[in-house]
Formats: sequence, structure tokens, C-alpha cells
Amino acid sequence: MKNYAMLIDVYYCTGCHSCEVACQQENGLDAGVYGIKVTEHILNKKDGGLTIDYVPYLTDLCNGCAARISAGRRPNCVKACLAQCMQYGPVEEIAAEAKEALKPMLFLK
Amino acid sequence: MAFNYNDKDVKIVKTGAWSGGPGCHGGCGVELFVKDGKLLKVEGDESHPFLNGRLCPRALALTQYAYHPNRLQYPLRRVGARGEDKWARISWDEALDEIEYNFNKIKKEDGPESIVFGQGTGRDAGGSLIFLAYAYGSPNWTLFGLSGISCFTPRLAGMHMVCGDISFEDAAQFSPLRYDDPEFKTPELMLLWGRGTRGSQCADHYYSSHWVVDLMKRGMKLVVIDPRVTWASTRAVKHLRLRPGTDGALALGFLNVIINEGLYDKDFVEKWTYGFEELRKRVQEYPPQKVSEITWVPVEDIVEVARMYANAKPAEIRFGQPLDCNANAIGTMQALNSLWSITGNLDVPGGEVISRPPFGVTIYPYSTAETVQLYGQEFVDNMNKKRIGADKFPLVKNFRSWALSDCILDQMETGKPYPIRGVYLYTNNFMACTAQDPVRHYEAVRKLDFNVVADTFMTPTAQAIADIVIPGTTFAEKDSVFTTGVPLNAITKQVQVAECRSHWSVAFELAKRLNPAAVPWTDLKDLFSDRISVSGKTFDELAESPWAMAPKEHPSGSCGYYRYEKGLLRKDGKPGFNTPTGKVELWSTNLEKYGLDPLPHHEEQIESPISTPELYKEYPLILITGRRMPTMFHSEHRQIPWCRQFEEEPIVELHPDTAKDLGLRDGQWVWIEGVRGKVKRKLRVTPVVHPKTAMAPHGWWLPESDGAAPNLYGIWELNVNKLIPMGCESKAGYGGAPIKTMLCKIYPLGPDDTIPTEHTKMDRLDFTDSYNEVPAK
Repeated sequence: MKNYAMLIDVYYCTGCHSCEVACQQENGLDAGVYGIKVTEHILNKKDGGLTIDYVPYLTDLCNGCAARISAGRRPNCVKACLAQCMQYGPVEEIAAEAKEALKPMLFLK
Repeated sequence: MAFNYNDKDVKIVKTGAWSGGPGCHGGCGVELFVKDGKLLKVEGDESHPFLNGRLCPRALALTQYAYHPNRLQYPLRRVGARGEDKWARISWDEALDEIEYNFNKIKKEDGPESIVFGQGTGRDAGGSLIFLAYAYGSPNWTLFGLSGISCFTPRLAGMHMVCGDISFEDAAQFSPLRYDDPEFKTPELMLLWGRGTRGSQCADHYYSSHWVVDLMKRGMKLVVIDPRVTWASTRAVKHLRLRPGTDGALALGFLNVIINEGLYDKDFVEKWTYGFEELRKRVQEYPPQKVSEITWVPVEDIVEVARMYANAKPAEIRFGQPLDCNANAIGTMQALNSLWSITGNLDVPGGEVISRPPFGVTIYPYSTAETVQLYGQEFVDNMNKKRIGADKFPLVKNFRSWALSDCILDQMETGKPYPIRGVYLYTNNFMACTAQDPVRHYEAVRKLDFNVVADTFMTPTAQAIADIVIPGTTFAEKDSVFTTGVPLNAITKQVQVAECRSHWSVAFELAKRLNPAAVPWTDLKDLFSDRISVSGKTFDELAESPWAMAPKEHPSGSCGYYRYEKGLLRKDGKPGFNTPTGKVELWSTNLEKYGLDPLPHHEEQIESPISTPELYKEYPLILITGRRMPTMFHSEHRQIPWCRQFEEEPIVELHPDTAKDLGLRDGQWVWIEGVRGKVKRKLRVTPVVHPKTAMAPHGWWLPESDGAAPNLYGIWELNVNKLIPMGCESKAGYGGAPIKTMLCKIYPLGPDDTIPTEHTKMDRLDFTDSYNEVPAK
């Protein structure tokens, strides 16, 4: 049973890498080992021109920052996010928020 | 291992982030987690109005930076030849004694002006460095190596010439309530002009880049002006891909449309501007058709964006460093200032707001007035007599207080009109990053008598030219004050790393030794308290908050809107702007007085398809360098695994069509060659770059490779500034470095050419022999 959800509004992710380093710092991970990994997608549009999107992906190393949650803090990636495009919380609350996002992506934990 | 939040011995301290290194232009509020004198982690401070808990990857990686095994930990004296990589550990007393002795000797022999004091980019470097230079008596405080001081100062100067102040896009930064301030209005439109090339992340803030995202969420539309396709341009209503170096021409094209179509704010123009008719005449020389030919931007896009900007109420422009690299950088900034003034967007909510230091506190002077505020008119006038470049360039003499880098290089070579005997550099890595023509700089500086480098790591610069190297601190290891924007921040020392000392404390002690009369304060905190006294707080009081903003209508004029109507901008307290006429000077009386063009105009760079068409046939690509990377600041962070992991190798970017025409593949190593030299880079093929350009990030060196000359951490193979000359400063003195516009060609490495990064890998980033320590003789 998954009770928590991470919502990322991918439209606003600028690919700044804050979430990745915040996670590494929080969990003592080496460079190249990620609890969250941002991937870049540069794609051609049908009528010419490009789209650029950055898509964060939660890896198996993501533990939902359980220690932070019990200490009353948000997950470190969510807090550090410069674009403030991430939210974390109970599935029902977050699912409701997802309806408002431009390009929502949900991870259930 | 996850952090333990139940550990009662962990102290969480709120402080400010601003360093001479590492990091950018700061002002961010952070929380430091400290236990037993050791920094365990860094987070953003949720109660700080700048960031609200957010933080960039470089600040988040501070623990890796602060405790990196290669950090300089104690002072070093060179014991071999320069560049031989032989160093001996010495005590602070020995280091300071040696600096004091040599400085006094040189002062006696040739005068204090023969030592040049150079910083890298601003940050918490300029304040302590000008303080030390002036205490010693040298007027030669500079951004060492950067032609025309072509970063920020030209923009500041251009704005001062028109408006008597500087202005930036409004993101409610002057209110603790930020976007919830009832007076604030979300701009309808932002022109994002040469700024935020990767995305709108906080890669080099001033003001903070993620505020663009905040405003987008609140409904602001974007127009992006940039040759490159960016994250922001793919979310913009319009993207103008101009030819590098033609920003001023484009701005004049916008002015042409706005004035000729009568789209300007007639009330504001009539009441608050000076020289509108002259500007109207001038812009007739820039009809959209001609501007299109200069800039590559289609005529209909010029007209459409001009109308969009003029009709949006309010609208703002966020402008970047490429404008400083226009041949006539001052004119470009005049044109932008004219744009936001005649459209009624100056000092209005959601427009371009006048920016002054909080409460009028200054530590790192951004204008002549601030230098005078710190050191007095008579002293500044005296300094001007021998300040290098002030005699040749009236704007250098009359704006801010830099000695001009281009003239310094000439003078190091010729010894005229007086000899340069040494350099004292703080967080300046000119060999890898700051200087154009690094070969010429190397040859000149290595011949000087006595060179000191203060930095956090051993750099190519320190290896190549230093006699004494002293270890600097991060923001967690020092007391300081941030004043170059909003709010006023205290930075407080929480940890000590090895024997590292903040540059303020080094400058304080050296200044006291060299000229006790220049140091009337009991200690550094006393100096800070004195400098911030107009805020009504002492340093310790500020440190408790640890930030403060002036209230609206504060007499310093540092907060609020419509300050020109309220008499908050001029010393005489009258309504108006801080200019000789009291108006926004579209026709600048000061520039006229200095013998410069009082109106904006476009000039071509020394190399371009227009100025050197024959050369363009042989070198058919426009080389753009200097674009920012999100996790490495200029030449910093190459040895920090959490930062380097995102961009491990020095690249050059080409469009797929261009690469195909040249028979090149993604990932192969290539030569970038210009008239003046060539360097190697790894090719990244990406559709985001303009097909007629090549883009090569700057500041690359390989701290994991050999530091001794001639390798010097790989700079001679990688430093793209080898293709860029000195001496291209604008007629005004400030601006004009052709960092975005040199012509080049690109071709594969030959069979015998080695690949610079072949034997270097991420896993070697923490090896501990970054320099060789030998027993002192």
C-alpha cells in the first residue's frame, strides 16, 4: 500500500540540479549515485522548433526522506527545488494538487 | 547515511551566503547544521525572503567544498622556480611578514601604485580588496585580466549615465512580503535578454533567476532574446535569435518602432525625460529593415516585440552579461534604459525598479558615489591621479573606481608611465578564466617581482605566478556583511577549517601593518558595525536576525516605488532623478561632457561577418563563450564531485547541421581555431545552438591533472580565451570584450594529438597531491 506521493510539475523544472545534490547531501551519496535524477529531453516539434524539458525521476534509493518527515521537515529535494515545482505528502492531498499542475508527474511511495 | 535529526548536539544556525569563493553573487539565506565545530549540512532558510528555503546545488555542495582534501589549508611559500610546483608550508606570521616587507620595499622604491590588486568576479571580494589597496595607497584595484571590465560594470555605467542610478526587473525584492506586497504588480511581460541560457535557474544570480519562474507562475509572459534555444525560450511567446554582439542595434530598432508609432508614455516622457527629440532623431538611423540586416532578427519580429513590450503594462527587461560584450556596451545599456523609461516602466511595480544598497550601506562600491562614501572625495580624487586607465578613458575616471585591465597589461609590459612590480590577487584565476589573451598575461605577470594569490584551492594562476599563496574561506568560516542588493545580510563564522582565514580578516591585519591610520577600528566586527550603522544595528545585532530590509520611503531611497516623485533619489531632496538635469537623460549630459556620444549607437565588433567578411570565409563560425553552467561557477567547482558530475568534460557545442557539414560526430575531440590560437574541446552536438555559432563554456581547467608548468592543470589546451585579444575595450573604457563574437573554425584532432582528459576521471578528483610540498630551505 502506497500512502505518500511526490508531485512534480515538469513544466516548471528548469534542470537546475538542486534536487539531485540536496538528496546526495541528505543521504551521504557519492557523486554519480542518485536518489533523484534529472534527465534532459530536447525534442523536435512537428512544425519545426524544439521543446526542452527536464524530468526528475525518483530512483530506488529514494527513501521519501522518512527521517525528515518525522522531524517535521519536507523532503530535502522538495525544499531545495529552485522552481518550487515539487510537492510531497499523503496521496489524496497530492493527487488533488496534481489536477492544477501544467505537466504533472506523480510518484507513489 | 541519512542525517540524524534527533541529535541534540547539532546546532542549526541561520546565516548568509556570500563568498569570495565559492559561489556566485549571493545574498541567500541559509541554515548551517553544525556539530562539534564541523559543518554537517546546508539547507536554505525558509524565513529568508530571497529564497524561502530554496538553495542552489553549489551551496548544497558546500560540505564537499569546505572539507575537500585539496583545499589550501595553510599559507605556502614558493621554493622552486615559478611554475615548478614546489611549495613550503609557512605560518601566517611568516606569510604576512613577507608580504609586509615586500610591499613596503616596493612602495619605497616605486610607490604603492606599482602593486595591482585584482579580484575575480565581485562577491565578497571587492570590498576587502579595495579596502586593502586603498590602505596601502594603491589606486589600482581591478577585475584583473577582464578586458574592459566587461562584466556588470558597463551595464551599471550605462544606466548611471542615463538615470543616475541602476535599475533591475521587479520581483518584489524590496519587500519582505515579496509577491504578496499589496503594491506589487505581476508584470505582463518580461524580455529575458541574454540571460539564463540553460534555464532560469540560479546559475549566476543578480537578481535571483528562479524569480523568473515565480513570475511565470503568476501569469507573466516571456519574450526571449538569445541566439540559443533555452528552457525559457521554449516557454516564451516569442524567441528572437539575434546575432551575438548586436543587442544595442536591436534595442535601437525597438525604440524606432515605439517612438515612430507613438507607443511611448507621453506624460512620463514630457515630465521626466531629457533629450527625447534627439533620441527620436537618432533612432531614425535604425529602421527595422536595417536592424534586421544587422541582427539577423526578422523585421516582423522586431516590430511585433516592440509593440508587445510597449503595450504591456507593466513590462520588465532582465538583461545579462552579453550586453557588456557589445562593442559599444555603454550605448547598448543606454538604449535599454531608454526603452523602459519612455514606456513608463521605470520605478513602477512590475517594471524596472531602481536598486540601491539597503539603508544606503555600502561595503563593495558599485558607483563613484559609493567609493566616495567609503573613502572621501579628497582621497578618491588623489587615487584618480595614478589610477591606470583613468587618464585615457573619462568613464573609467568618472565611474566606479576600477583600474582598467587592458591598460594594466600594457603597463606591465612597457613599464610606462610607471612600473608594475607585483600583483595581489584574491579569488582571481585569470590564467584559466578571467583574462583574455592569457598567454600575454602569463608572460607579463611571471616577470613581476612579487606576487601574492589568495584563494581556496591551488589554481593554475597560483601555480604559474605566485610567490606566496594564502588560504581563503567559504561563507561558513567567516564574519562578513552582504550589502550589494537586498536585504542587508550578516554572515557569521560557524566553523574553522585548518588555518584558513577570511579575506576581510587578512586585509584588516595587512592594512593595519601597512598603514595603521587607515584602520581606526578595534577589530573586524567594529568595522562592520561602523559600516552598517545607518541600519541602526551593530554587526552582532544584525547577526541575530540575520537580515534586514529598509522600510519603504527610507531616506536612502533603497525601497519603494515612484521614488523620483517623492524626492527620495536626489541629495537635495527634490523630486526627480539623480542626474545633472534631474531627468532621465535619454541624451546624456555626462557622456557629452566626457567627449562620448550622448546618444546610443551600434558598433560592430572587431571580428564579425560584417566587419571582417574575408576572415569570415576562412573562420565561418561565431564563437560564443562565457555561458553559465548551473553547478560550476566560472572556474570554480571543477574538483567538487557533486558539482562536476553534471558536466565532467570541457565541451564545445555545435548544431547538428553544422557538425554534419564539417563531418564531425558527437563526442569526438576537436580543435577550435581562431586567428590568435587554438584549443581542444570535446564536441557536443545539440540543436539548441544557432547553426552559425559554436558555444564553448569558459573557465575550464583540470585540477586532477599535473599542476606544474607547462601543463598548469591543462589550461593551455583548454582555455578558450586564447582566441580572444585584449585591447578591445569600448571608447568609454568599460565594456567591449569580444567574448561572444570571435570568429573560428572547428576540425578534428590529428592522429598525433592527445586528448586532455584521457587520463583524468571523476574518481581521481579527491587525490591529495594537487600541489607538491617540499621542506623549506
